[in-house]
Amino acid sequence: MGEQRHGDPGTPGTVERAGDDSGNFAIEDPGLPPHRPRITDEDPRAAKRAERQVSFLFILSIIGTIIFFVGYFGVGQLPLDETDMGLIRLQNTLLGLGTAFAMLGIGVGIVQWGRALMPDHEWVEERESVANEEDRSDAVNMINDIVDESQIKRRPLLRNTLIGALAIAPLPAVAMFRDLDNSGNQSDDPAQNFGVERMRHTMWDTGTRLVRDVTGTPIKAEDVTIGSALHVVPDGLLDLEHDKLNQKAKAVVLLMRLNPEDMQISDGREDWHVDGIVAYSKICTHVGCPIALYEQHTHHLLCPCHQSTYDLTQECKVVFGPASHPLPQLPITVDNDGYLVAQSDFQEPVGPAYWERDPRPAEERGA
Amino acid sequence: MKALSQNRRHPMVGVALLLLGLLLTGGLYSLASNINSASAYSQADYTSADNISDGETLFNANCASCHGIGATGGPAGPSLVGVGAASVDFQVGTGRMPLQMTGPQGQEKQNQFNEEQTMQLAAYVHSLGTGPSIPEDEYLDTDHADVNLARGGDLFRVNCAMCHSASAGGGALTRGKYAPTLHGVEEEHMYEAMVTGPQNMPVFSDSNLTPEDKRDVIAYLKEFETQGHPGGASLGSLGPVAEGLFVWTGGLALLIGFMVWMTTRSS
Repeated sequence: MGEQRHGDPGTPGTVERAGDDSGNFAIEDPGLPPHRPRITDEDPRAAKRAERQVSFLFILSIIGTIIFFVGYFGVGQLPLDETDMGLIRLQNTLLGLGTAFAMLGIGVGIVQWGRALMPDHEWVEERESVANEEDRSDAVNMINDIVDESQIKRRPLLRNTLIGALAIAPLPAVAMFRDLDNSGNQSDDPAQNFGVERMRHTMWDTGTRLVRDVTGTPIKAEDVTIGSALHVVPDGLLDLEHDKLNQKAKAVVLLMRLNPEDMQISDGREDWHVDGIVAYSKICTHVGCPIALYEQHTHHLLCPCHQSTYDLTQECKVVFGPASHPLPQLPITVDNDGYLVAQSDFQEPVGPAYWERDPRPAEERGA
Repeated sequence: MKALSQNRRHPMVGVALLLLGLLLTGGLYSLASNINSASAYSQADYTSADNISDGETLFNANCASCHGIGATGGPAGPSLVGVGAASVDFQVGTGRMPLQMTGPQGQEKQNQFNEEQTMQLAAYVHSLGTGPSIPEDEYLDTDHADVNLARGGDLFRVNCAMCHSASAGGGALTRGKYAPTLHGVEEEHMYEAMVTGPQNMPVFSDSNLTPEDKRDVIAYLKEFETQGHPGGASLGSLGPVAEGLFVWTGGLALLIGFMVWMTTRSS
């Protein structure tokens, strides 16, 4: 390429043609386009107008900042009635408008300043040349000196023990992070409280009553009419002092009643329902959103996150969407007082993409 | 008059006439719809024999083509025996019935029957078999002394929000069905929808949510309506979809506009 470095603010717009080697290219280097002066370059009145525009934008920014403080301190100091959304809305509007004007005023003003008033001659700045060979060899020598002086090559014991120390030093962190959430320990057997085992179990157990979420009242079989959907948690969950949300996230269940004739029941699950009342985990097996969008006539359960759809009549088989396996069913029965209770915990882990899910079909793993 | 005839070919005449016409039709329409909704009707006893026989006449003329004579169901409509008066008051009172056309779900529209006729239809269907009744005023009174708004909010979020969205703006379901917005729905219709489970909505019978629970939910929703939107435009309260669309179209267009302006040469 030919020499293109030229121009100074005093003599804008000169264009130098490419050098002699331009014949080597299929298309001749056109060089820089001719420079056209702007109105503001030629007409002092236009330049004055542009100056006023820019300073108006800066003043707008100042006004924006003042508006922000009016919203923040002025409206904020008013005795706010907590039910008065109008004032809160006014404050939000002032804060938003004020910040927007404050920032945009400066930004737009500077850009307009650059466009209309600052010199606009073209300027080509050549790249700095890459560091020369001498610098490179200096750096290599320096590294070699360090290697020699540290004697790391001559004394392999030093090197090997250092590598060993660095390799195992992060392991305490792994152990600490694993046990960071120690709150969910439930079992007396410490082996049950770690990692995968803790995910495998929920609060449901033999004889645990099904109670309504929020109100915590137990449920009789006749309370569940065809077409209704009850949001259910295990008895005792609502009274938990700590770890309530974690336990709830694992144990929530949706209770519905179908006409028993509509249900396709697989072997081994014949007594998991009570006259068509079925309980399924509410946690989507895709990425764990709570599913409760129940359509009572199509018997579909829809996950609002990614539209996974489960068919309740086919034991919550996935009929649409990205989920990979059916929702776990909670086996239920009726206790002596007529209330619905769980027969046991879920027979498979709830939730998404569980890493130690038994891949064998149900009959082989004895579910 | 002379000025009028002189200016009749003025270029703005067309615009002025159009505006005048729009104002006239709009005014007449709002007047007419006001008159329509002003037909005050006192809740009559829907067990009275007069109402039942009037309701039967209305039913046979308007509903029987789908639901069959005697409401025992037909090829195009389900049996209405035992659906109760609440069901009729909801479906007809919100204009969902008579159905305008078949589709994934019946849609809310202008009422086809006035309140008296709706009550007569409800009386007739109620007489065929008992079902959920039209709620008593006590359970629709959102200012009742026992109302607990916070509890209503909890119940709403657990039982309703997954379909109707946390802001009650509604949401999509499968294959063209949707949960409608709850903003502006009358207390009575909210209660009836819960107790009857219209279309694909699950039933929230009194054994699941007691009438007091339902009143708390309704009171929460009504309180919600009066709260307004402190964040500015609600964009239909549809959540991240509407907001994302707004930012991606409006915000990006603005950014592109700034970029174009910054890179053009000042004249």
